[in-house]
Amino acid sequence: MAKTTESSTRPRVGLFVTCLVDLIRPSVGFAAVKLLEDAGCDVAVPAAQTCCGQPAYNSGDKADARALALNTIAAFEGFDYVVAPSGSCAGMLKHHYPELLGDDPQSAEQARAFSERVFELISFLVDVRGFDRVEADFQSTVTYHDSCAGLRELGVKQQPRKLLASVNGLTLTEMEEAEICCGFGGTFCIKYPDVSNAIVEKKTANIAASDPDCLLAGDLGCLMNMAGKMSREGRAIEARHVAEVLAGMTDEPAIGQSIEDKK
Amino acid sequence: MKPTSHAFKSNAKEALGNEPLRRALGGIKRGFVANRARARANLPEFEDLRDEAKAVKEHTLAHLDLYLEAYEKKVVETGGHVHWASSADDARAAILKICRDAGAKTVTKGKSMVGEEIAINEHLEQAGITPVETDLGEYLIQLRHEPPSHIIAPAIHLTKDQVEADFRKTHTELSPERVLEEPEQLVSEARAILREKFLAADVGITGANLLIAETGTSVIVTNEGNGDLTQCLPRIHIVITSIEKVVPTLEDADTILRVLARSATGQEFSTYTTFTTGPKREGDLDGPDEYHVVLLDNGRSEMLGGEFHDMLRCIRCGACMNHCPVYGAVGGHAYGWVYPGPMGAVLTPTLIGVGEAGHLPNASTFCGRCESVCPMRIPLPKMMRHWREREYENGDTPALYKAGLKLWAFAAKRPALYHRLTGLVSPLLSRFGRKGRFASMPLAGGWTDHRDLPAPQGKTFQQRWRERETRR
Repeated sequence: MAKTTESSTRPRVGLFVTCLVDLIRPSVGFAAVKLLEDAGCDVAVPAAQTCCGQPAYNSGDKADARALALNTIAAFEGFDYVVAPSGSCAGMLKHHYPELLGDDPQSAEQARAFSERVFELISFLVDVRGFDRVEADFQSTVTYHDSCAGLRELGVKQQPRKLLASVNGLTLTEMEEAEICCGFGGTFCIKYPDVSNAIVEKKTANIAASDPDCLLAGDLGCLMNMAGKMSREGRAIEARHVAEVLAGMTDEPAIGQSIEDKK
Repeated sequence: MKPTSHAFKSNAKEALGNEPLRRALGGIKRGFVANRARARANLPEFEDLRDEAKAVKEHTLAHLDLYLEAYEKKVVETGGHVHWASSADDARAAILKICRDAGAKTVTKGKSMVGEEIAINEHLEQAGITPVETDLGEYLIQLRHEPPSHIIAPAIHLTKDQVEADFRKTHTELSPERVLEEPEQLVSEARAILREKFLAADVGITGANLLIAETGTSVIVTNEGNGDLTQCLPRIHIVITSIEKVVPTLEDADTILRVLARSATGQEFSTYTTFTTGPKREGDLDGPDEYHVVLLDNGRSEMLGGEFHDMLRCIRCGACMNHCPVYGAVGGHAYGWVYPGPMGAVLTPTLIGVGEAGHLPNASTFCGRCESVCPMRIPLPKMMRHWREREYENGDTPALYKAGLKLWAFAAKRPALYHRLTGLVSPLLSRFGRKGRFASMPLAGGWTDHRDLPAPQGKTFQQRWRERETRR
């Protein structure tokens, strides 16, 4: 583990919690904090953050998306890094803010400078902090879904697998079509529920065919979609954010499960 | 053809319930997708070639007027005719005039998406001229009076059994006892029927995959050889194509051909790649007496330099739809017009209006797989988003959806208010969702009709974090 102890060299990381983790699954946020601290970072959580703005941006509402982008950039001023436990939100901050704010020279420059400091959690740990193993136990056979934005906008592919390989007791079994969308797509799943359902049905069939105990991924939106589908289908496969497993914080019931289910 | 893009939702629902269609779509993964991946892996310079192909098109588009004029000059020099068509109407009129002047009764057709775009078959039929599609897939859908469901595999939605049934229904002159079980038997029946048509046709119409400015050449790629028979046998050859197909040189055409077939079918090169320059020359053994090129604009020149400029690089390989999870679920007909999948989601609104086709750029998860395989590196999701922006600005976003969005944005732009609200809502929902999930929830039917909704853990992260900070 690459630990830096001297406080003067500890980078200051602002955690972009993401609205879904904030609302639905705070344990992912605490797992992210633990991993970042283990990687020698000082972590703070600005209270002025809300949502990255994707629902507005992807619905064509540029004005609100811009306002939220500027809000996020201001909230994270002064941090060495901005890290999010989501490829989708990190991709928004890193790649879409500069595009969204490109029209106005001053905001464009702000967005560009901000963009350089933004990372998805797992790729930050591996690529920036040189993390190559974690100290965690998880007695489970898992399969990993590559969420679209993390994979295609940020190149998150090997990093989670590399760290998962160091988890005691964990076996990774790859599913077919791990790189294919789960059908969540943010507001897509609400606007086109039938199509979204057809896509997630294929995904859960692929997950089940790899016969895991647990599904992992790096984005809570996708995980809620797949976990919700699996529980509706009566499949006994749990779903967790990869950060929970890497941080060794798997005491909480899995996504969509209750304490009784866990027992 | 009358578009049904506005009915995407009901089209999609119908498609999802169509078992033969879903079986047929399942084959794309084993076929096109696997073959493209293999072709890409076998060519180390593939990614560089994509950049080169993109650069060729970008250069051409930046000087499109010059290259089109140079192309026209060469076509005329080599004995051909160029007909400029600013609209679909103009193109139809030009083609009909050539056919009428020739006294044509039947016209054979090679596969052409621009032909579909201007609905040339219907137009010719109304004028008493019989168009016969000679590409097998196009022939099949012509028999069924259906539009194509894929830009390179127009009948990909059909299964073998459906084709057999259509042949038995249509080819009534053949023995009903004949065996039509194997694909080879179906193909050979179609071949025998079409051979007669090739020989009888007065005019042959093909599309063009590329036009070459330095030589005045049109290029078609096919796997059946039907395009060659269509353009060589009749007395008159008409190329129906669009202005963005032009490239400067033969070498540029080669660059694009190297990515085209690999991206489309995974072939290194399609079975036939035919370069056609002018009509039959003195001493040529065969070829048409007249060679016409109908060059369609139909809104394309207005895309130059604008938000949808990049779409003009499209070479119609179909890789975007082959890799699209939405297309893979619903197929091409759900998109309701000529061009389906991600390329259609961008192009269709420019051609038939965003009022009719507004669903298409919305019906995407933005997974980005289309852009990642597009040989011309067209940022398809970004352009779909541009359509959504236009719809939003025009007030075409559904009212209830917009109201919800506005309410959410109002709170999200006010962090203190937002965290007070979420700090109330999350613990409350958590209390109702003791099972860890909801099987149904008011206003969330879109989600809970198909899947459970995971319940919040309780207090928000922000609440817990502040509590932790206070304790420290």
